[in-house]
Amino acid sequence: MLRFVVRRLLLLVPILLGLSIVVFFWIRALPGGPAQALLGERATPETIAQIERQYGLDQPVHVQYWKYLERTTHFDLGTSVASRRPVTDELAERFPATIELALAAMLFSVVFGIPLGFIAAKRYGTWLDHASLVGSLIGISIPIFFLAILLKYVFAVKLGLLPSVGRISVLIDIPHPTKFYVLDAILAGNPSALWDVLKHLILPAIALGSIPLAIIARITRAAVLDVQNEDYVRTARAKGLPPRVVDGRHIFRNALLPIVTIIGLQTGLLLSGAVLTETVFAFPGMGTWLVQAIRNRDFPVLQGGILFVSLVFVLVNLLVDITYALINPRIRVS
Amino acid sequence: MGLRRLWIVLPLAALALVLVAVGCGGKDKSSGGKGGTLVFGAEADPVVLDGALVSDGTSIRVLYQIYEGLTALKPGTSEVVPSLATSWKTSPDGLAWTFNLREDVNFQDGEPFDAKAVCFNFDRWYNFPAPFQNSNVSYYWQYGFGGGFAKPAEGSPGPSDSLYKSCEAVDEHTVQLNLNRPSSTVLSTLTLPSLSIESPAALQKYGADKGTADKEGVLRPSGTYGTKHPTGTGPYKFESWTRGDKLVLVRNDDYWGEKAKNEKVIFRPISDNAARLQALQTGEIQGYDLVEPQDVDTIKGDSELQLLERPPFNVGYIGFNQAKPPLDKLQVRQAIAHAINRKQVVDSFYGGRGVVAKEFMPKEIFGYADDVVTYDYDPAKSKQLLQQAGLTLPVALDFWYPTDVSRDYMPDPKRNFQAFAADLNKAGFKVKPHSAPWSPDYTDLVDGGKAQIYLIGWIADFADPDNFIGTFFQKPGPDWGFKNATISSLLNRAEAETDLAKRTSLYQEANREIMKFLPGLPYVHAKAALGFQSRVTGYVPSPVGVGGESFASVSIG
Repeated sequence: MLRFVVRRLLLLVPILLGLSIVVFFWIRALPGGPAQALLGERATPETIAQIERQYGLDQPVHVQYWKYLERTTHFDLGTSVASRRPVTDELAERFPATIELALAAMLFSVVFGIPLGFIAAKRYGTWLDHASLVGSLIGISIPIFFLAILLKYVFAVKLGLLPSVGRISVLIDIPHPTKFYVLDAILAGNPSALWDVLKHLILPAIALGSIPLAIIARITRAAVLDVQNEDYVRTARAKGLPPRVVDGRHIFRNALLPIVTIIGLQTGLLLSGAVLTETVFAFPGMGTWLVQAIRNRDFPVLQGGILFVSLVFVLVNLLVDITYALINPRIRVS
Repeated sequence: MGLRRLWIVLPLAALALVLVAVGCGGKDKSSGGKGGTLVFGAEADPVVLDGALVSDGTSIRVLYQIYEGLTALKPGTSEVVPSLATSWKTSPDGLAWTFNLREDVNFQDGEPFDAKAVCFNFDRWYNFPAPFQNSNVSYYWQYGFGGGFAKPAEGSPGPSDSLYKSCEAVDEHTVQLNLNRPSSTVLSTLTLPSLSIESPAALQKYGADKGTADKEGVLRPSGTYGTKHPTGTGPYKFESWTRGDKLVLVRNDDYWGEKAKNEKVIFRPISDNAARLQALQTGEIQGYDLVEPQDVDTIKGDSELQLLERPPFNVGYIGFNQAKPPLDKLQVRQAIAHAINRKQVVDSFYGGRGVVAKEFMPKEIFGYADDVVTYDYDPAKSKQLLQQAGLTLPVALDFWYPTDVSRDYMPDPKRNFQAFAADLNKAGFKVKPHSAPWSPDYTDLVDGGKAQIYLIGWIADFADPDNFIGTFFQKPGPDWGFKNATISSLLNRAEAETDLAKRTSLYQEANREIMKFLPGLPYVHAKAALGFQSRVTGYVPSPVGVGGESFASVSIG
């Protein structure tokens, strides 16, 4: 097991190196640069040259890349062009927000997705099954930002039940030692702040969780359908085991493998979905941060932020593989 | 509990949680009344709250509440009025400006505001260390005072370029600014929030100019002045700032002037335009800036919301490059002007927020001349003019327009281009379309004199004709491709003239000359708009935008 993990961890090095190259050169292929974005109408050839010199953008690209690599290996991601703060500081502020949102979305999709899929499989061919299929199809095909705007329009604008922007009401003041606002509110011992933070999470989590929910429901349904026709299930039933024991111990546990895989994969994807969701809900996480950075052509933020998101994605995948190996010993051997 | 029952219970529990949370909701209407709180939707977080180091609107909006300059603009106008200086005079040679300072003013940290404090600020700007000399950092100092630093870094302007020479504290409440050459724009320059007077004690105590260079020599400010301790003399003072969440200002109860109506102003960053509008509708914010043309009807149609329009402070125009024949012929330029149906474009494409331009600056700025030559839409006359110029019809034109850009004065350049091209084709021209992405290609092309006729425009930095026609025509540029001694000498004289009445008439004369010479065709001034809840009163939009809009007079009904 240890060898498996170490091997996978070592594989990270070429993956990240490749990613860093792609990101670095892709950003530089964008039209315009940080200087033009900063100066707008005021850009003159002289001022642009001045700023490019300051940020080392006047040097050959391979020199720039080498310097960037050197810094990055020292965990220094450079200084944001727009805010003039270290990228790592900004990352530390933004990342917890996205994690909180992604976890909330995942919770939503798992809590609703697995039961939905399970029930659909158990009631195979009934209207409930069809409804869940159609529902998950809609869930998969509806664009996140559209769903987000729709949810906001109904629940925030029309009904006035939930907040439409941000992570917490501006009139509530709590300290933020962890930057995970749910935790912060609990640590502050402030129940009304906790409610407020949770309320701010509901709509973004539903919007972001809709696609994983649909996918998890479908995979669960398929996996349960597969397993419940196995011989050992029939045997278990024939032995006269109560249905809920058969469902739990024999069907669900064996159907879990593909479900765990898909949950892991979707968790990684949530990070990219968060870009759109966060923008619509003005949720101050990685998504809004990166969108702003693209607008500003903020090279250091884009390089650092995208590389970090990729790293997280790769690590989540690794974690899924390890869990997979734990659940299914056959994987470890191969 | 059996697994099967768990399937049902878990989602139900989650659903219940949602419903409870929802039940605890309700429209956020708590903020209002006396001692109330105004929440304003900003586009982003400010960069820092140190005026000299920023030039973006989001920062300036906040700065204007905390800080004051020697002069200010009368709310809603571009007229310069006293602020921290009560009166001023210039020496006959225009090189020395003496300001009498308000005497009853303290900074928000309790330190006195006096002549020494003023000079401290000027000396700070003039002596900025190398990393602060970048034009994206100290843009307004460089722009307003001709650039120039005491110890210039490589590529930065030095003392010889500087308009500013020195600052003397004549006595406690009198300060004298010495200049290297006469300039009439000093008073309007000093209204810029970026040149506000900051507390010398706080600047030093919190290391405003301190910082370390990272491995690439990029400055990382290490002081906390601009992030935690901005200290000015204005009606609001800084309370707290959680990036991404909110920036809180609280009323300065020791303010020398009329105290702010609301106890707090909170700026909340919401970068998405649609999200700002929705937050306004839900009441999570009470106002926001930069309303998009497509949202105007939504706001106007909602009785709980209102739209406030800023007087226009920009110009959209078609530039003619006279280095590219036949545009060197006045008759050809006149023919283009008569060919274009400006009113139709302005009426159709600006969501009711455009005004047809008569000259290269809006009428809100002094020096505007009402009696310039005008060019009515008359395609027949265009053809006639072209024939008089000895040209065979149709006359070919290379017409450029930018892509990937939207400005108040040009929300959709391609649409403007198509309408103009159709007009020109009807009036004896044959338009060949060209386009390029706005930045950097298009602006480079135009500034480099490669385009024959082109769509472009300008958003002014401050309320002075020098910032419009001075910027365009005082010095010859490859984008225009002409030298006109009459126009540049009028503009030079106007810039140096310190008597406002004489300046005004010089600029009026210049505007008349310009429209006669027709170096380009101005066609629109566009208004920007803010959205507020109807119960918010007292916000006065300024032609200069956020740099002239105070929250102190705002109240919530």
